[in-house]
Amino acid sequence: MPDAITITVNGAPVQVPSGVTVAVALTLLNEPCRTSVTGQPRGPLCAMGICYECRVTIDRISNRLACQTLCVPGMEVSTHA
Amino acid sequence: MRNRNEYTYDVLVIGGGPAGIAAACAAAPHARVAIVDENPALGGQIWRNSFPARQSHPSGPWHNRLQQTQATRLHGLRVFDAPAFNTLHAEAPDGLHILRYNKLILATGARERFLPFPGWTLRNVIGAGGLQAMVKSGLPVAGKRIVVAGSGPLLLAVAAFLKSHGAQVVAVCEQAPPRQLAHFATSIVAYPSKISQAVQYRTQLAAVPYRIGWWPVTAHGKSQVESVTLTNGARRLTLDCDFLACGFHLVPNTELPALLGCSLHNGFVAVDSLQQASVPNVFCAGEITGIGGLDKSLIEGSIAGYASTGQNSPARKLFAKRNKALGFAAAMERAFAPRPELRRLPAPQTTVCRCEDVAHELLQQHDSWRSAKLHTRCGMGPCQGRVCGAATEFLYGWPGESIRPPILPVRFDTLAEAEKPTAQH
Repeated sequence: MPDAITITVNGAPVQVPSGVTVAVALTLLNEPCRTSVTGQPRGPLCAMGICYECRVTIDRISNRLACQTLCVPGMEVSTHA
Repeated sequence: MRNRNEYTYDVLVIGGGPAGIAAACAAAPHARVAIVDENPALGGQIWRNSFPARQSHPSGPWHNRLQQTQATRLHGLRVFDAPAFNTLHAEAPDGLHILRYNKLILATGARERFLPFPGWTLRNVIGAGGLQAMVKSGLPVAGKRIVVAGSGPLLLAVAAFLKSHGAQVVAVCEQAPPRQLAHFATSIVAYPSKISQAVQYRTQLAAVPYRIGWWPVTAHGKSQVESVTLTNGARRLTLDCDFLACGFHLVPNTELPALLGCSLHNGFVAVDSLQQASVPNVFCAGEITGIGGLDKSLIEGSIAGYASTGQNSPARKLFAKRNKALGFAAAMERAFAPRPELRRLPAPQTTVCRCEDVAHELLQQHDSWRSAKLHTRCGMGPCQGRVCGAATEFLYGWPGESIRPPILPVRFDTLAEAEKPTAQH
């Protein structure tokens, strides 16, 4: 992977291309962004900061929009609210 | 303790897409201007990741023009309240930002209209513009099978974009009836640039079926989409896909103008010839006054920027061009209006409100959005009805409701900071 960086997703270190958003990283990893109130796995819908379907916990701050946040080395992403 | 930032500008532009960029360019030589956007960079949706761009890109000249101004760029700020006269509150990862202005130009753009159908909550069922935004944000789609469906000129633009990134576009399905679309095609004869663009897209998509009068009825898959069934009312067709890119034209982001008290007309902000809204010192430009695309946004943004700084003469020179753009916008609104059959798409158990997982059958028992909100929590989740509001208006005829701050989910410590008195230094 050219220019890969390492982030952690749910505690596991993973390599993602540098410069991508967290929403793209999770889609590449085939990982849902969140689990809905009735337990359905969800991923990005609008990808432009409107729908909140991609909200995740980033560096221990909850409800961050994965589609509007760029991955940086060492970032900790959790998809379990 | 979190950060607190305060600024005052002569002209504050909210929205960093083409309308906002044009407004800042027009106003900046004559005033202290700031342009605010919630994304990490300017460009809006249409110029996402192409601002700055190579010179040949349409955004190139605008980038150069903005570079030559002293306009301040504020990225990553989400405006959530208008607590006092000529004051906005915004949140960024670093905390509260207090923005004061003499003149305000709103260019908050549009979002896709999403309509619920069985399977639309599966992963990789994503907006058409949404998937384009993901690709511009680094998602590779080479070799991926993608069905593009819904409505609007965006479908062809997105399909051509995806194909140019190596995707296998299985089909483009436009819900508008062929007769309605033929009428639109005839009406755009007056807009040569639109025709050449349409021809360009069709050429790029030569081998891709463009099915007019077809719409999605069910997305299938376990946790992510594996195929989609579409219909034209008479026949059905099921196509395998890795992504279903689906949006039903666009709806304006009117939450902030509505919060400020700007009058709306047919869902859009009402403006006068100088793009002034009903509230003094507030100008609106671009998609929030009518979905018209890039040309209308650039023209209206320029007019608003000139008018906000008293340059009425250059503003007036653009009126004729704007009238033409408004004609195109009206033709689009008619051509891509959702067909009544789409009201029958949701099954009883289909989720309509994705934030709170509220099913169609629960909502059908109510006669207003207010009643539905109070009893089912529809529209009460983090998107605050931005997704389901357009759907419930179309499905059940429920008009939007008055808007209250904060217009976005905000962190408690940001709200607490906002409550502190201003001059405490």
